[in-house]
Amino acid sequence: MEKKIIFSIFFVLGFLQVFAQQTLKGKVTDKDKQGILGANIYWLNTSVGVTTNEEGKFQIPYKSIYKKIVISFVGFKTDTLVVKEVNFLTHVLKEESVLEEVAITAQKKATSRSFLQTQNVFTVNSEELLKAACCNLAESFETNPSIDVNFSDALTGTRQIQMLGLNSPYLLIAQENIPMVRGASQVYGLTFTPGTWVESIQITKGAGSVVNGFESISGQINAELVKPFSDKKFFINGYGNLNGRLELNTHFNHKINKKWHTGLYIHGNIRTEKFDKNKDGFLDTPLAEQINVMNRWQFTNNETGWVSFLNFRFLNDRKQTGQLNFNPDLHKGSNTIWGSEIKTKRFDFSGKVGYVFPELPFQSMGLQIAFSNHDQESYFGLRDYNINHQSVYSNFIFNSIIGDTRHKFKTGLSVTYDKYNELVETTNFDRNENSLGAFFEYAYDNTENFSATLGVRLDHHNLLGTFVTPRMHLRYVPWEKGVLRASIGRGKRSANIFAENQQLFASSRQININNSGGNIYGLNPEIAWNYGVSFLQGFRFLDEKGDISLDFYQTNFENQVVVDWENPQQISFYNLEGRSVANSFQLETNYRLNHHFNLRLAYKFFDVTTDYVSGNFSKPIQPKHRFFTNLSAETHKRKKGSQWKFDATYNFIGKQRLPNTNSNPTQFQLAEYSKGYSLLNAQMTRIFSENFEVYVGGENMTNVKQKNPILGSENPFGANFDSTIVYAPIFGSTFYAGFRFKID
Amino acid sequence: MKKIIILICVLFVGISTEAQKKKKNAKLILEVDGVCGMCKKRIEKAALKTKGVKFASWNVQSHELMVIIDERKTNEVKVCENLANAGHDTKKAKASKEAYDALHECCKYRNGEVIEEHQKKQ
Repeated sequence: MEKKIIFSIFFVLGFLQVFAQQTLKGKVTDKDKQGILGANIYWLNTSVGVTTNEEGKFQIPYKSIYKKIVISFVGFKTDTLVVKEVNFLTHVLKEESVLEEVAITAQKKATSRSFLQTQNVFTVNSEELLKAACCNLAESFETNPSIDVNFSDALTGTRQIQMLGLNSPYLLIAQENIPMVRGASQVYGLTFTPGTWVESIQITKGAGSVVNGFESISGQINAELVKPFSDKKFFINGYGNLNGRLELNTHFNHKINKKWHTGLYIHGNIRTEKFDKNKDGFLDTPLAEQINVMNRWQFTNNETGWVSFLNFRFLNDRKQTGQLNFNPDLHKGSNTIWGSEIKTKRFDFSGKVGYVFPELPFQSMGLQIAFSNHDQESYFGLRDYNINHQSVYSNFIFNSIIGDTRHKFKTGLSVTYDKYNELVETTNFDRNENSLGAFFEYAYDNTENFSATLGVRLDHHNLLGTFVTPRMHLRYVPWEKGVLRASIGRGKRSANIFAENQQLFASSRQININNSGGNIYGLNPEIAWNYGVSFLQGFRFLDEKGDISLDFYQTNFENQVVVDWENPQQISFYNLEGRSVANSFQLETNYRLNHHFNLRLAYKFFDVTTDYVSGNFSKPIQPKHRFFTNLSAETHKRKKGSQWKFDATYNFIGKQRLPNTNSNPTQFQLAEYSKGYSLLNAQMTRIFSENFEVYVGGENMTNVKQKNPILGSENPFGANFDSTIVYAPIFGSTFYAGFRFKID
Repeated sequence: MKKIIILICVLFVGISTEAQKKKKNAKLILEVDGVCGMCKKRIEKAALKTKGVKFASWNVQSHELMVIIDERKTNEVKVCENLANAGHDTKKAKASKEAYDALHECCKYRNGEVIEEHQKKQ
C-alpha cells in the first residue's frame, strides 16, 4: 500500500517535472532601458510568481497551460502579456502617468458628440478650434453648426452668437464652469477671450444643469482654458489679415515644483488701417486695440486629493468707429462728424478649490469663487453709454453617491452679487442684485441603456423673488449606437436691455421703455421653459464611421422683455403680452469619407415668433433656413510630424425678415425680406514639425456684401440714421496668414 | 464606579473591534479575468449590482477590479460569486460553464485566440 502511494507521488511529481522543465527567462526595464529591481512576475490565476533581480532579469517556470503573465511594479502600469513560446522576453514597463497621457492624446477627436452623457453635449477640441484660425471665442464656432454666428451691427462688426434661434443672453456662457459672459459683457464678452487660450468648448443644447445657476434658457457654452500643467512650455502665435488686423499671442508655462504650475498668457491685437470699401463714408471695420493678460496658478496634490486653480486677468480694449475722418480728440461731442468709441477695462479673478476624498473616488467637493469688475465707457455720436458692473460669484458643490455609483448626486449652495451703474444718455440706471440659492441634482445611470438627471434649485433673489428652477434630462439607448435624449427645464433672468442691445445707440431711434412697475428698468424678469428631444445614431458605411443626429427644441416664454424694432424711429422694450416661442430643428451628419477626409453637413430650421404690440411676427434678422457644410482633409503625418491640413466651410443663410421700415421716407425703406446668400471660408495649414506651423486662409471668399448697411449714412445726425439692420457681411472677402511656434 | 468604567471600556472595545471588522468604505482589489471593454461593463455592473458595493472600476490591462464596499452589507466572497454568475473568474469563485458560455464571443477570455485578437487591436 505504502509503496503504491510513494510510487504514485513520484509518478505525479515526475509528471509535473516534465511540464515544469521549461522556464521562461526575461528582463523588465523602464523606458530608459534600465532594469527594474523587484518587479513582480506571475502567471495569471496561479500562485507561481517570482521577482526580478538587480538587472531586472527573471526566470519563471513555464507550463503550456500558463497563457498569461502579469508584470507589475509600484508606480508603473501593470501589464498582462500572452505567452505562446518560451523565448527570452523583454518588457518595458510604462510609468503610470505617462501611459494615461498617451492614452488621452490617442483618443482625441476634433469634435465629438457624446453617446454617453445624459445631456446633449457637443465637444469641440483644440484641433477643431484651429480650423478657424481666428481669433477669439466669438469666432470659434464657425465650423460648428449648433451655434450660429450673426452680425450685430454695421459699425463694430461684432459677431453675436445664437443657439436654437435665441441670442446669446439666453445662453449661459461659462469659463471653466463659472458664468462669465453675462451682464455688462454680454455683447463683447466673447471677443475678450483669445482663441489660443481655449483648450476645448462644450456646447449643451437646451436646458442646462441646475449646478451653474438659474439663468440659462436655451443652452450652455463652457470654455475650458489651457492649463499651466498641460499647455506647452512656450507658445507664440502671430496673425495678420488684409483688413489690417494684427494679433499676437504668447503663452509661458512654468513648473515651480511638483505641486505648483503657473502660466502667463498675453494677447494683443491692433487694427489701425482705415477701410471704406462700400464708400458710405463710414469705417467698414472699427479701429481697435486690445491688451489681454492672464496669469494662472494650478495646484495639484495627488496624495492628499487637493486641487486648485487661481486666475487673474486684466483686459484693456478700445474700439473706434464712425465716419472716416472722425478724430476722437477733435470731434467727440461734435454734431458735424459722427464717431464712436468703446473703451472697456476689465479685471477678473477666479479661484477654484477641489478635494477628492482619497479613499472614496466617487466623493468630492469644490468651491468656485469669482470676482470681476467690468467698466465700459462709450459714446455713439452724441449718445453716451457707460456701464460699470461688479460681480461676485461663489458656488459650493458636493458630489457623492446614494448606495452605489449608479445613483449620484450633486448638491450645494451659491451666492451671487451684481452691482450695476449705468448711464444711458443723461439718465442713470443703478441697481444691485443679490441671490442666495441651494441646489440638488440627482443622476441615475443603469450603466447600460438608461440615464437620467433630475435637478432642482431654490433661489432667493432680491429683484427676481424666491423661485424654484426644475430641470430634467433623460437618455435612452434603444439599440446599438442609437441615443434618444429628452430635456426640459426652466430659466429665469433679468434682461440688461441696454448692454444686450448696444447697437441701438448707433441709430437715431428713440428709446422707449414701457414701464410696468417691474424691478428691472421697470420691467419684469424673463422666464422661459425649454423642451427638447434629440436622436443620435452612429453608423458604419463603406467601412467608415459616421453619425447622424436630429433634434428639435422649443423655448416658450412665460415672460420676455420684448425688443421691438418694428417702428424705424423707435426701439421699445416691454413685457411680453401673449406668446413668444422659438422652435428649432436641426439635422446633422458627420462622416469620415476615408482616412483623409471628414464631412459634416447640417440643415437647420428656425421658427421664432413673438407677439409685438403691432402683431405677431417672426423675429427680425433671423433666417428660417440655414444650411451648413464643412469638409476637412489632412495628409499622412510624416516622420517629424509634418503634415498638410485643409478645411472649408460653406454656409447658406436663407432669407431674413427685416424690421418694418414702411414709415420711413421711400429712400430709407427696405424690402420686407433680405435675400438668401452663401458664405465660404477656407483654410490651409502646413505643419512643418511638432514645433512649427503656418496657415493661410480666407473668409467670405465669394465676397458677399450687404449693400447700404447704414441707413441715412449721408446724414448721421438726421432722423433716419440707422446702423442696426445688418443681415450680411459688410466687409466682403478677407485673407489672412499666421504661424504657431511651440516648445514643449 | 468601577463597573461603569469597565462597562465603558467594554463598550469601546466592542465598538472598536466592530469598526475594525466592518468598515463602511472598504477598498478591495480583486483580480477578475476578462478581455475587453464589454467585459469591463459587465464586470462593473455585476459588482455594482451586489448590494453593499458602492464603486467598481475594472482595468482591462491589469485585470484588477477596484471595489469599495460596505462591509456591514457584503463581503469579498459575495462579490466574487456575483462576478462568477456574470461569467467572470476570480480567485475566490470560478464561473460555471453555463455562465461562461453565455458571454459574447469577443469576451471569451479563456480562449487564447480571443485574447490575441484584442491585443492586436491595441
